Amino acid sequence: MIYDFLNDLTGSPFIAGTITALLPLFAFILPFALFAVLLERKVAGHMQDRLGPMRVGYHGILQTVADIIKLIQKEDIIARNNDKLLFNIAPVLTFAGSYAAFAAIPFSSVFLGANIDLGIFYIIAVTGLVVAGILMAGWASNNKYSLLGAMRSAAQIISYEIPTILVVLSIVMLTGTMSLYDLSESQTSYFWNWYLLGGPEFEIQKFLLIPFMLIGFLIIYISTLAEVNRTPFDIPEAESELVSGYHTEYSGMKFAMFFLAEYANMFAVSAIVVALFLGGYQSPFGYLGNLLNINWLIPLEQFFWFTFKGIFFVFVQMWLRWTLPRLRVDQLMAASWKYLIPIAFFNLLIIGIISIL
Amino acid sequence: MRAYFNNIFTALITIFVGMKVTLRHLFTPSVTIQYPDVKLPLPERERNRLYVNMDDCIGCDQCARACPVNCIEIETVKSLPGEDLGKTSNGKKKALWVTKFTIDFAKCCYCQLCVFPCPTECIYMTDVYEFSEYDRNNLIYDFATLTPQERQEKIENFRKFSEEKEKQKAKTDKSE
Amino acid sequence: MSVRTEEMVLNMGPQHPSTHGVLRLELTLDGEIITKVVPHIGYLHRCFEKHCEVMSYPQVIPYTDRMDYLAAMGNELGYVIGVEKLLRIQVPERVEYIRVIMAELQRIASHLVAIGTYGADIGAFTPFLYCFRDRERILNLFEITCGARLLYNYIWVGGLSHDLHPDFVRLTKEFIKEFKPNLRELNNLLTYNKIFIDRTANVGILPLETAINFGVTGPMLRASGLKWDLRKDDTYSVYNKFDFDIPIGEGKMGTVGDSWDRYYVRVLEMEESLKIIEQAIETLPDGDVTSAIPKKIKPPVGHVYSRVENPRGELGYFIISDGSTSPFRVKVRAPSFVNLQIMDELCRGHLVADVIAILGSVDIVLGEVDR
Repeated sequence: MIYDFLNDLTGSPFIAGTITALLPLFAFILPFALFAVLLERKVAGHMQDRLGPMRVGYHGILQTVADIIKLIQKEDIIARNNDKLLFNIAPVLTFAGSYAAFAAIPFSSVFLGANIDLGIFYIIAVTGLVVAGILMAGWASNNKYSLLGAMRSAAQIISYEIPTILVVLSIVMLTGTMSLYDLSESQTSYFWNWYLLGGPEFEIQKFLLIPFMLIGFLIIYISTLAEVNRTPFDIPEAESELVSGYHTEYSGMKFAMFFLAEYANMFAVSAIVVALFLGGYQSPFGYLGNLLNINWLIPLEQFFWFTFKGIFFVFVQMWLRWTLPRLRVDQLMAASWKYLIPIAFFNLLIIGIISIL
Repeated sequence: MRAYFNNIFTALITIFVGMKVTLRHLFTPSVTIQYPDVKLPLPERERNRLYVNMDDCIGCDQCARACPVNCIEIETVKSLPGEDLGKTSNGKKKALWVTKFTIDFAKCCYCQLCVFPCPTECIYMTDVYEFSEYDRNNLIYDFATLTPQERQEKIENFRKFSEEKEKQKAKTDKSE
Repeated sequence: MSVRTEEMVLNMGPQHPSTHGVLRLELTLDGEIITKVVPHIGYLHRCFEKHCEVMSYPQVIPYTDRMDYLAAMGNELGYVIGVEKLLRIQVPERVEYIRVIMAELQRIASHLVAIGTYGADIGAFTPFLYCFRDRERILNLFEITCGARLLYNYIWVGGLSHDLHPDFVRLTKEFIKEFKPNLRELNNLLTYNKIFIDRTANVGILPLETAINFGVTGPMLRASGLKWDLRKDDTYSVYNKFDFDIPIGEGKMGTVGDSWDRYYVRVLEMEESLKIIEQAIETLPDGDVTSAIPKKIKPPVGHVYSRVENPRGELGYFIISDGSTSPFRVKVRAPSFVNLQIMDELCRGHLVADVIAILGSVDIVLGEVDR
């Protein structure tokens, strides 16, 4: 792992730890957020027969950089009746929640913040911080719209964690590991070994599993979509009802923190889906590095495949956003409790039965 | 139970149908243009900023009276008997000095009602639409061609002339 | 132990993204359930009726444009028909045909905005831009005809300000041809979308009796199941020469008179308008459009009530003439104003999100509500 390598190199666990912790932030989250915001606007633009940002740089590629510069310069407005302490903590907490998730995400076989045995469990637990941040933001804003948005958001994220966990459980049950690293390693480098297609073991069960894995995949994708508040589940920030939900009152860099957290979260949940069902960082058709006998190429290829798959799912999230209307609060809850959870539960049962066959 | 699965099924189908539509649009050329760089050609009847061709204006005040928002202000002074103001392009003889002809484009509602009554067709709408200003007063356009001194002079001339006429009239009245 | 709860008053608007202008709704909430809605209007009041008293008859026309600014042609038509009744003048056939074409194009443009913004209210932003893309083409047609895109001052007492542009007929035919598949696409993307149906069907049900009692007109009344359209029932201009249907709400996805019905009636009406335009263009007579415009408009003493079917309902003008060149009084029966009253009735018991869905389906234009 990268921490061990740096520890050996510098001999100081502190330096190694700091670098390992900051690496995903600067090497990945910030560039990704910049890219994803641009991608979102471009996708939105072209889907709506527009062009999207075109002014800054060639076809607007520097637009988000300009936006960040603008946001940094903006006045940080704190209204008189805000709860100042919570108001200031909330964006940090929200961002910390989604940032912490990146610690356990396996970008490649060597670039992995911490190889925790309970990787997937850790990610699901730590993203719960986001709920706290959102609730704080909504409460501290002292704005009725923000409060409504925050309340909705808390209810939504908590109820959608259940189907997510049920699907995760079915995979964990099948493999017997919670480590995302082990999960990715076990889906060796060909796409028919992915858990979406029944897992790496080539037996009769594999073919029985395929339809249920597909259902599980759909459920986890939908429920993670809800967890990151994306359309059709974006009711916490439904701009046509609640103006902008819990971040209505935020401006400048604090607003940017929420924004960054949202996009970091989008990638984080896509990464979970990828790691569980689509082979994680494994290449779908073998490695060029193995073919050419260049060992250092393999991690790079793995990184490429992982980000490629992740960004593809982020793109699908955007695609859905610019296609669908949004659900209502009660329908959102109904979708989770009446549809996703029972189906996920039966799916879990069936996968369990198949796996002991 | 059937309704339950039917719900799931229709939801998925309609979502995929919608996604197909948006995906197709992802690859269709955009309908918007890059505005300040590219501009659409305007039709010939375009109704934008008014223009007054003062060479043809006879100061008849018809446009100002037609205006529903009173954005046109015209002041005129009669010319003296000896002065020749020339003719308009359609042969009307001018008889008035136009000392003030302002249009306040902050008020103008671009309804074109002023254009139709003009006897010499000297007021018309152009296709200029980019004339925003930082100060509202800059939107008051003065079309009169006379310089301020000339205007003063014309007003003064006419005042003197009418005074003289008054005097003369008084004289003739007295002599009678 | 019981938890002490209290009702919350939530101000929606006048600065809110989906109150369609400067409407302020005072919502009383029990949790997220609406117990009372009080619309506060008047933020866009511009004294239209008082202005009319000092304007000459033709000068009022640009002001009528600014009431329902999404359907300015319809507003002009209603006023002009009233003044023509007062003056007892007959306008040439061609003028009537062009007026019908314009009013129907305007109806499509207006319904496109209604549908598009409704989609945006529900959360689908893409159909909104598709609708505006199509509306843009209609506005271009208006622009080549009279030079303005939104506030036309095109229909005059006794005639029209300009004849049709030579390209108009060709471009309109092109538009109709290209608009039909776009409408199908819109239906695929939004109308039949399950989420959209869930959000709108069975929401804000307006029973026919309540609708009539409140004086609701237009697509809202038709969605509640009554075939009432002034174009057929109190025909004006040359509408009786065309063959078209009046779509009514059938409760296809829920109950008759729900928000989805109101939305869908508008979609169907656009198709009917296309039919009218097609027929009118085929049979467009020749003639001079300015010949009947009177030199001086000075109606005899008297009063008249003229009404037209605007995209939002029955638009009525009550004009009193005292024999001078300006009307003594012009009273407007604005459909949006009347339709807006129903908000409290429709919203009670629904969620905050439904207020937006209902308000969007009522389809108000604040310029007309406040005048």
